[in-house]
Amino acid sequence: MSQEILQLVEKDSLKDDVPQFDVGDTVEVHIKILEGEKERIQKFAGTVLARSGSGTREMFVVRRIVAGEGVERKFPLHSPRVAEVVVKRSSVVRRAKLYYLRDRVGKAVRLKEQRRPVSG
Amino acid sequence: MANRLCPVSNDHKVYDMTKGILGQKVGMTQIYDESGIVIPVTVIQAGPCHILQLRTVERDGYEAVQLGFVDKKRPKGRRTQSSQASRSERGHVADISSKRTKRRKSAGVEISPKAECEPKHFIRELVGETDGYEVGQELTVTALADVKQVDVTGTSKGRGFSGVMKRHNFHGQRATHGVKKCHRHAGSTGMSASPSRLFKGVRMAGQYGNAKITVRNLDVVRVDAENNLILVRGGVPGPNGGYVIVRETNMV
Repeated sequence: MSQEILQLVEKDSLKDDVPQFDVGDTVEVHIKILEGEKERIQKFAGTVLARSGSGTREMFVVRRIVAGEGVERKFPLHSPRVAEVVVKRSSVVRRAKLYYLRDRVGKAVRLKEQRRPVSG
Repeated sequence: MANRLCPVSNDHKVYDMTKGILGQKVGMTQIYDESGIVIPVTVIQAGPCHILQLRTVERDGYEAVQLGFVDKKRPKGRRTQSSQASRSERGHVADISSKRTKRRKSAGVEISPKAECEPKHFIRELVGETDGYEVGQELTVTALADVKQVDVTGTSKGRGFSGVMKRHNFHGQRATHGVKKCHRHAGSTGMSASPSRLFKGVRMAGQYGNAKITVRNLDVVRVDAENNLILVRGGVPGPNGGYVIVRETNMV
């Protein structure tokens, strides 16, 4: 019963169209950034390492290599600041969390591409 | 509190303490506001509460509103279990023709009005002005609709007999450098031959938790009258499912 009440409370904060992507996908996250009065979109592209949590607390981790240094950012999936998540490429992965990619450098970071039928 | 010799003087009243409701902690979650900022909220299922009794200065020595929340089961057979409403509890909320009531009625004693509702599990009094309240009235969460900040009183989670590190945030002792089996102990508790006794109030191990705790000045994030919910920013004492009192804050 209490879980149902919590879901009811969270309902308003959940996105209507939740971005669809999986762990291992190469994505581009569009983040709304407020600079004074103006709002602009910043993009962060990388591989989805993990998804965690449920409801309004669901988060995902995106990793990319910037100037030879690994950079990870963790986003709340349902945050209004995360405007869009565009899937660029899907990969074949056999883990729910790809933390092993942190220990890899160069060519070893690559994941095998998964061809999906184009929907729509 | 109920002292006939020392009635509460009306001169000292500053706050309307009766603006409150009883509820049950559902749990915590987080929601987003318009600008996309996360607000950690505690969901409290509050009311509907029945007013079971009004305390008056003439009769009780103080003014208060007695609220009841969550119906208590009535006994099925002859035997009453502790989770079921006893005869006295049933008689508190509704008129059951007892010998004593009959005797008092015939003697011409005025019987105080009853709420005429189901017996209640959680009964608490909110001390303060009782104007505008009457016995049997049903209070819903809309009573707090225009309130910005609330105080929430509950019973904290019991931690049993706890050591000083958990109970008083002492640092304990070192892990190495010759410390022997005293890593979580307190240090010294006092002086030597003078005063050769322990001062009162020295913090030591003991029962921790399971106490009445009030968290003050919590922001009200949302009041959902349809589902009897009130969302407050931040944590509230007690486990999920624990009973709480939600009152308008008395913080200035």
